[in-house]
Amino acid sequence: MIRFETVSKLFGATRAVDRVSFTLAEGTLTTLLGPSGCGKTTTLRLIAGLELPTEGRIEIEGRDVTALPAAERRVAMVFQSYALFPHMSVRENVAYGLIVGGMAKRAALARAEEMLDTLGLAGLGDRQPSALSGGQQQRVAVARALVLRPRVLLFDEPLSNLDARLRRRVREDIRDLQRRLGLTVVYVTHDQAEALAVSDIVVVMREGRIAQMGSPRELYDAPADPFVADFMGEANVIEAEVAAGPDGVARLVIGNHALEAPLTRQAAGRMRLAVRPEAIRLTPPDGTAGLPGTVRRAVFVGGHMEYEVDTPAGLLFATAPSSEPAVAAGTLVSLAFSRAIPLG
Amino acid sequence: MTSVRLDWAAAFAAAIALFPLPWYAGRAEALLPLLPDRPWLWPGLACLVAAAATALAAPRAGRGLVALAAAALVLLLLQGIAIGLPTTTWPIAEALFGAGVRQPAFGPGAAAALAAATMLIALGFARARAFNADATVALIAVAGGVSLALFVFLPILRVLVDVFVEAGRFSLAVAFDRLAAPEAWGLACLAGGVRCGVVWNTLLLAALTGVLSTLLGLAFALLETRGGLAHTGVFRALAVLPLITPPFVVSLALIVLFGRTGIVTALLWELFDIPRTRWIYGLPGVLLAQLLSQTPIAFLLLSAALRAIAPSLEESAATMGARPARVFATVTLPLLRPALANAALLGFVESLGDFGNPLVLGGEFDVLATRIFFAIAGARHEPGRAAALAILLLGLTLGAFWLQERWVGRRQYVTVAGKGDAGIPAPLPAGLRRLVSALAWPWAAFTAIVYAIILFGAFVHDIGRFDLTFTWRHFIEGFAIERSAFGLHFRGAAWDSLFTTLEVAAISAPITAFVGILLAWLFARTSFRGKGTLEFVTLLTFAIPGTVVGVAYVTAFNVPPLEITGTGLILILCFVFRNMPVGVRGGLAALAQIDRSLDEASATMGADAATTLRRVVLPLLRPAIVAALAYAFVQAMTAVSAVIFLVSARHNMATVYIVGRVEAGEISLAIAYSSVLIVLMLLVILIIDRVVGAARLGRRAAAPLVRVGA
Ligand SMILES: Nc1ncnc2c1ncn2[C@@H]1O[C@H](COP(=O)(O)OP(=O)(O)O)[C@@H](O)[C@H]1O
Ligand SMILES: [Mg+2]
Repeated sequence: MIRFETVSKLFGATRAVDRVSFTLAEGTLTTLLGPSGCGKTTTLRLIAGLELPTEGRIEIEGRDVTALPAAERRVAMVFQSYALFPHMSVRENVAYGLIVGGMAKRAALARAEEMLDTLGLAGLGDRQPSALSGGQQQRVAVARALVLRPRVLLFDEPLSNLDARLRRRVREDIRDLQRRLGLTVVYVTHDQAEALAVSDIVVVMREGRIAQMGSPRELYDAPADPFVADFMGEANVIEAEVAAGPDGVARLVIGNHALEAPLTRQAAGRMRLAVRPEAIRLTPPDGTAGLPGTVRRAVFVGGHMEYEVDTPAGLLFATAPSSEPAVAAGTLVSLAFSRAIPLG
Repeated sequence: MTSVRLDWAAAFAAAIALFPLPWYAGRAEALLPLLPDRPWLWPGLACLVAAAATALAAPRAGRGLVALAAAALVLLLLQGIAIGLPTTTWPIAEALFGAGVRQPAFGPGAAAALAAATMLIALGFARARAFNADATVALIAVAGGVSLALFVFLPILRVLVDVFVEAGRFSLAVAFDRLAAPEAWGLACLAGGVRCGVVWNTLLLAALTGVLSTLLGLAFALLETRGGLAHTGVFRALAVLPLITPPFVVSLALIVLFGRTGIVTALLWELFDIPRTRWIYGLPGVLLAQLLSQTPIAFLLLSAALRAIAPSLEESAATMGARPARVFATVTLPLLRPALANAALLGFVESLGDFGNPLVLGGEFDVLATRIFFAIAGARHEPGRAAALAILLLGLTLGAFWLQERWVGRRQYVTVAGKGDAGIPAPLPAGLRRLVSALAWPWAAFTAIVYAIILFGAFVHDIGRFDLTFTWRHFIEGFAIERSAFGLHFRGAAWDSLFTTLEVAAISAPITAFVGILLAWLFARTSFRGKGTLEFVTLLTFAIPGTVVGVAYVTAFNVPPLEITGTGLILILCFVFRNMPVGVRGGLAALAQIDRSLDEASATMGADAATTLRRVVLPLLRPAIVAALAYAFVQAMTAVSAVIFLVSARHNMATVYIVGRVEAGEISLAIAYSSVLIVLMLLVILIIDRVVGAARLGRRAAAPLVRVGA
């Protein structure tokens, strides 16, 4: 379990992390998600002990580690650059932590070899790190971290140095490993798809603070504000007058048009709503319900169609499965929302 | 872990300070029996014992331990400074402990006590969670700070105080008279008088050296990078020579060429009846010598800067229709401006500090460095006057150094991208090309002749009088070895100084390199309050001219509490503190190339700072360590300015011995000895490179970072 209590980290006047509190449960994989510079790496380094907080309190497994240096925390970290020692062989890299911790050299090297086997790196122990591919280097970095049986394992943007094809594989490997060993993992990324795919819990950060924290589903379906809504997949933000109706289907008034749409939660009054692109359906105009619009642009991107539709609520972005008949640009349409998310 | 080891180390040091070791230098008594009649030692020692006890018994005490140990350090130092010889004892000490109170200098026991206090301060900081809570980091920082204070700042402070002191009395008027003396600032030469003040001389020489060496260096650099020449390796080869040549050796060659009986002088007399004069002794000679040494350094700087200019910039200007001369004037030259300023300032600072060449060739033309020396070593020993001149020189140098850091230092980092910028540098405009060739080639030839003379002169009877019969005479005189009944007998006149030099160099170089690299690591990889100041101050020590260091050491360490004048120790300390900043700079540049996450990875795997340092950082820093070792060794073998104040009959250094031979007119022996030194240094550098430098590193991700300027 990792606990932050109003932790801040200042670099000069910059608040890289600003009064952050959270509790991460044992054996879960948590991602820290947010745009570049929002404080993800700093948060991770605070957990590792590579930075000490300016204020606040950090606990790991019930122990106060606020002032404990990295070497005494038993928190392992896989660096973005992997940080393999260039003057040691792969095996020596993996054995390093064991030897430093006082294990006899032979035993340590043997353990390292086992760990390399486990991660599918058998036979590479004698190589120099620079003689491995990017994916292999990363697995060495993971092996080096795991061999110490850490309480917590941290990843800083682990996929960023891999080519696109490898990313999905490595992502799944990390998730499997975490489940199999019951590790507590904290994982930094700026890619929402990656975060949704691997996490138990996603922490969305913005300017050093937590914007929202929850399961991927919660964050996707019930973002707390436009920032999170937009960051967790694309969202159209619409101003509307909302009147609650039966069965959670609300009546929305946008300008002088009215339409009905199911809401993800009860709400009423004037507010902003987020509508996901896939929750917008384009139908031929029938003159009654729906938001009228003109298709400005229609793009075929393989798996689905992407539309930009000019409406009284602004330019909306919608997608539709490419199995449905395509709508040509310039067509007049009527928009229906299959789901809308009240914000704030 | 480390902190546990440190408390025992400190306790041990404190224990041996108190019991077996003699407290005072040159005495055999241990401290304890002396204590009853030396009440001034009580407070400091009490604090030390209390601090050691706290360290062992109360592992949680942090700030308190720092306070106790710091009090011990300060009190022990203060009593040492306040109570010395009858002439140096402070009045307040006499008032407290009785008239005539005195004590000898610190000895091994006192040194151990000071070391123990330093360790305890560091330990206290680490326990108070300062310095990343790491005892190693704390120890390096605290010990670094304390030793810089003791061996750099106290001596300089001492010189500063001496400016104000006349016959044991403190006086502002005296200080003003000395600092504003006509000797320094006089303008008589402008009004038709004979000589101007020595400050003006120094500034004139330094400015000429700075500007001219930069122009010559630029000519070489342009020819090398844009001259379309195939074989420019010769420039680089020539460029290394001055780095391993004692500073005044060039002067010897100049005397051989242009002295009153010199080769060129004689030729001119015989062929053209041009009368023999002593023109070489004075500004022209010193300037020539400094240019010969400084031009290659300017060349190295400027050629690196020229290479760093992406050819695509010049190409794009050319594609916009600019003619070569215009490309050069509007693109190349402006981009080069910071490097030019840097080279000029470097030449300026080097010239300010140069002592050897003005000593040998200056004649009537005095500069600050030589004037300081004669104020101390001359017939009238005038420490006050020397101190004032030293402060003036220090002020000039620090001013130039400050300018360099402020103005150009920040722009001196040039990243060379791994991929490299395709394209060919713009060729030189034809006129410019003729001009730089006309400058560079004759100068290269001249440099070659100068070094040829040094090599050649050692093997002929008397090169100064053009007697070119081959002989081993000079080597025999300097380095004869006889087999006697007691084994080998090193009868040659030069052996003593050579052995001392090698010994001092061999002891000081590893210490210098080690301390320098440790401090570089401290500055690059840790964070603590006051780090910026410590770093600035460390690098600043590099700017202190050797002459000033010499004066400072000889005055400060001539009396208790630190009385080491005349020992080999003072030579070693002097070299360590003078050369260490170069190791720091080299280490900083090297560390900038090593990804910081390597250290951090080591830390997350449970390694404390000392382990990370030993297993990760130092192995990766090998090239920088080799460079620092080689530099420190060469400096210890070639330096003359500071050591000339510090040598003694028992501990004479090679360079000082050679200067003595020159003054006695034995130029050939001096040249022979110099060539032996040069060859020895080359050998040692090769060995260091072989032994320490056999580092096989994997490829690193970071783009190499080149620091222009040493
Ligand atoms: N060592 C540091 N010194 C100064 N500022 C820093 C340092 N590390 C991070 N920052 C600043 O803190 C903020 C958060 O950085 P970081 O945690 O690296 O963001 P992220 O990983 O989310 O991109 C940024 O504004 C960054 O510039
Ligand atoms: Mg980051």
